[in-house]
Amino acid sequence: MQIHELTIAEQEALNSISAAKQLSVLDDVRVAYLGKKGQISLYLQTLGTLPPEERKAFGAAVNSVKERLTIALDKRKEVLEAEALNAALIQEELDITFPIRSRPLGYIHPVSRVIQECTSILSAMGFEVKEGPEIEDDFHNFTALNVPQDHPARQMQDTFYLNAKDHHDKPLLLRTHTSSVQIRSMIGNKPPFKFITTGRVYRSDYDVTHTPMFHQIEGVYIDKRIHMGHLKGCLNEFLRQFFELDTVPLRFRPSFFPFTEPSAEVDIGCARTKERVVIGAGSDWLEILGCGMVHPSVLKNIDVDPEEYQGFAFGVGVERLAMLKYGAPDLRAFFESDIRWLSHYGFTLSMIGGGK
Amino acid sequence: MKITLSWLKEFLETDANIATVTNTLTAIGLEVESVHNPAANLESFTVAYILEAVQHPNADKLRVCKVASGQEELQIVCGAENARAGIYVVLAPVGSVIPNGGMKIKQSSIRGVESQGMLCSAEELALGLASEGIIELPATDKDIGRRYVDVAGLNDPVIEIAITPNRGDCLGVYGIARDLAAAGIGKLKPIAISEIKGAGKSPIAVEIKNTQACSLFLGRYFRGVKNTASPAWLKQRLQSIGVNPISALVDITNYIMFSYGRPLHVYDADKLQGSLVVRNAKEGEKFKALDHKEHTLNASVPVITDGTEVQAIAGIIGGEKSGCSQTTKNVFLEIALFDPIMVAKAGRTLDIITDSRYRFERQVDPNFLVGAMAIASHLILEICGGEASEIIQSGDHNFKLRTVAFHPTAVESLTGMDVDPTRVNKILEALGFKYNGSEVVVPSWRPDIEGEADMVEEVARIIGYDHVPAVSLRYVAPRAILPEKERRKEIARQVLAGYGMLECITWSFMPANEAKRFSELKEGLRLLNPISNDLGYMRPSILPHLLSAVVRNVSRGHQDLALFEIGPVYHDVGIDAQEIMAGLIRSGKAVARNVHESERMIDIFDIKADVLGVLKACGIESDALRIERKVPSYYHPGRSGALLLGKTILAYFGQIHPLVTKAYGISVPVVGAEIMFNRIPLAKNTSSSRKALVFSDYQHSVRDFAFIIDEKIAVDDIIRSVKKIDKEKIQEVNLFDVYQGKHTEATKKSVAISVRIQASDHTLTEAELDAISKQVVETVGKLGGIQR
Repeated sequence: MQIHELTIAEQEALNSISAAKQLSVLDDVRVAYLGKKGQISLYLQTLGTLPPEERKAFGAAVNSVKERLTIALDKRKEVLEAEALNAALIQEELDITFPIRSRPLGYIHPVSRVIQECTSILSAMGFEVKEGPEIEDDFHNFTALNVPQDHPARQMQDTFYLNAKDHHDKPLLLRTHTSSVQIRSMIGNKPPFKFITTGRVYRSDYDVTHTPMFHQIEGVYIDKRIHMGHLKGCLNEFLRQFFELDTVPLRFRPSFFPFTEPSAEVDIGCARTKERVVIGAGSDWLEILGCGMVHPSVLKNIDVDPEEYQGFAFGVGVERLAMLKYGAPDLRAFFESDIRWLSHYGFTLSMIGGGK
Repeated sequence: MKITLSWLKEFLETDANIATVTNTLTAIGLEVESVHNPAANLESFTVAYILEAVQHPNADKLRVCKVASGQEELQIVCGAENARAGIYVVLAPVGSVIPNGGMKIKQSSIRGVESQGMLCSAEELALGLASEGIIELPATDKDIGRRYVDVAGLNDPVIEIAITPNRGDCLGVYGIARDLAAAGIGKLKPIAISEIKGAGKSPIAVEIKNTQACSLFLGRYFRGVKNTASPAWLKQRLQSIGVNPISALVDITNYIMFSYGRPLHVYDADKLQGSLVVRNAKEGEKFKALDHKEHTLNASVPVITDGTEVQAIAGIIGGEKSGCSQTTKNVFLEIALFDPIMVAKAGRTLDIITDSRYRFERQVDPNFLVGAMAIASHLILEICGGEASEIIQSGDHNFKLRTVAFHPTAVESLTGMDVDPTRVNKILEALGFKYNGSEVVVPSWRPDIEGEADMVEEVARIIGYDHVPAVSLRYVAPRAILPEKERRKEIARQVLAGYGMLECITWSFMPANEAKRFSELKEGLRLLNPISNDLGYMRPSILPHLLSAVVRNVSRGHQDLALFEIGPVYHDVGIDAQEIMAGLIRSGKAVARNVHESERMIDIFDIKADVLGVLKACGIESDALRIERKVPSYYHPGRSGALLLGKTILAYFGQIHPLVTKAYGISVPVVGAEIMFNRIPLAKNTSSSRKALVFSDYQHSVRDFAFIIDEKIAVDDIIRSVKKIDKEKIQEVNLFDVYQGKHTEATKKSVAISVRIQASDHTLTEAELDAISKQVVETVGKLGGIQR
């Protein structure tokens, strides 16, 4: 009889628990059944009135009902709490389409970026970086490099001269190439020499394809048995990595520079579309750099015996590389500090990570 | 240098097609810049004959022509004055496209008269020649209906070649043919012209006064010539490379110059007052040249005179007065050897560019005077008739052939190419060298060959650089990618870009009058030959160019800027005086108007943060720096400072002086900074530059203090003196409030700091913390601060 009532009471309790929509209601249910004067608690108080043989079994039954209800209450409580939290959080909702708090990205100039890239490629190939002055004297910029006294490059229409003189009473000048730094780094030292120089150079020219200041990367490698084949191997590898290609089509053409013999100009294979030049594919050639075997007179000028040592040198324009790799069309824009250009063609942060 | 395929074949026996020729030229160092076949867009044009030309009924200037096209009789309306019956003309049939302008010819009615095509002028065909009226062809009836390009011999590709300055010998078609023959493209035809025996002495003699400018002068007098128009073949040669034919005598000299790279000059002998003298011009001497300009000469310009006045500038240009005309009867031919350097200098000084100058500057063959004389004499007599005198000579024929040591193994050693010695012999022979196995005799036309390396290039270029094997370098990477000094610049780039700044690169030179605002001018930093005055002075700072950049960007509507540049600046004259600087500029708002926070203008603490960030990344902690009000005058005197390490100023920062920003026309606030990289001491060794890290896990406490203190006391002094109390336990001192106003006395301010205290070996007791707090109050008290 009593067991029957207990079962009904449990069922009612469970129904009330699942029907409870609020934590306060659920608590009322708990008090009504499991509170001190709750229905189930009251059954325990009636235990004493039962015959001893029924007492044990009925006690156990009441306790297990109590346990099941407690579990059901806890579970329901969890659910209601979660619902309550959700309801509260929904109240805190923000318009997630708001603009961000300003955290501007800066940009590194494409010229710096290209110098970084070239430096890291050539460094891995064993070239050390050397630096030197941009105001130069005639000896380091011309004479040591076997540029004849009457060579057109020395003329006022090609080279910028300063209103100041060197020790030999010749006007100081703005270096026309970074080869002057090579001379400074080699003179008074013994080969092997294997380094690159980068930086600003100056030539008196200002039109659509020339600016009076631009940047160069030049390399030199002098040792006992370095020949044109090494030059070819070096440039193949350098340009392949720079343009991020599996192979790079190169064409070496005989040319002339006072400081190299034999001399060559290097063309890179490309395809010209209306918008840009695509490097590495197609049937066209594009001149990209000058190079050659260091002229014996240059070696003599830096007190290196050309009978014993020989090697190669190359030079390339940084802006040209930047234009080809990154498609910046107008050379003059490189130096105009227009923030629209800088943020379009510039690079954020780390070179190795890529960055845009 | 322009050549045509047919001109080349005049000297080179070859069946090679145009593609083979051009590819070979580029491969052997004669870079082909362009190939153009004038016939390409003239294929539909034919030769026609005007049967009849009558006045147009409705237009004064037009004629109505009946034209025989070979297939039919056409009626064509033509506006040319020379359109008349009986001439052979170029017909643009209906459907063809006129090269100049791209007009498509349609059957049409012109002022009421039907017209079935067009008769063309040289200009309309874009032949690059001056033209009056329609072309009149020297054709016959057999030519009617044939393609114009075939009749006129226009189907002849023009090749433009970039000749390097060492290859004067290739400034003539013959030299190019020789190189091609050496490369296996055909056989070079020998120059086989016999000398002509002259009759009688030349009435004009030559005296060389300046033997440095002119070492040898050959001359010949031709009597009774007829300076007619040149024969068709000669005209066509010159026209094909864009040179207008003038008269037979002039055309002959041009033909020899372009064929053999040998300039010569013809004087109308009757216009000369006496014998020729080679001397230097007198200072200020005037000369009217063939370019129809009057040139004022100076004493360094070698000239040829006739005893009374200048008749030519040596090797550059002849005179208008003694130039040959159609009435010339007696002519004097000059073939001289002028000094390349003197010609170059004179040409530059006078700014006269001629084909003759171009060749003398690059050295002509000193052994090809007699040969050129023979060729010229033959042509003059053949075309112009007359009688040649004996050759007169002034100066010495003292050219000696040079020898250069050369061993074939040098080719392998310098290029890595394994070459068969017999191949080497063959190449050298074809190029005109005489080789005995250890020495080569250099041909007279190759003054550029000085040593073995040059010989290696000769062999290598003819074999082709394609055959040089690519050999990988052995990689031994250096200790570090960049030397420390260079690495600084990269660090700064990363830090500043990370702070949202844009890297600029601007000119190293600037206007001197603008530089004056930033530094005292030094004469030695002026360029003698700037591109313009705006680029005439080496910049003492990067800030001026960045300020100009601000102006330009503001004018495009961008006011909130953060720019930097890392580059050279110059305060002193000399090679070692260059400094590397980072210049920084911020302008406008630091925080623009936005939904999250209130807007804020840029101030000096923004730029100070940039500077300290860079210095910290370069290894200089801000605690190690002192700050002083020692700044250049282009900073705001009250809102700027210098950061010093010991006595060395490493950087300046601050608001740009309002007078400076005003001068630039900038109205937004601008702060700037300069960091002098050379002055930052180099870390001895970057890998060990960090001390071992010591940190404490014991509990820390933060105590806040507020003081009333004299407004003149710098906050930094308070912070530094508090830090000094206990360098170990006082780990941080932060300023969190400064107040000056109603609640403070007039000359006082309230300064609030928080102090973080922690010991490395135990948790500090309340008593210990109190003791430190007491010391803080005492220390600030010594500076006059009273705790609130």
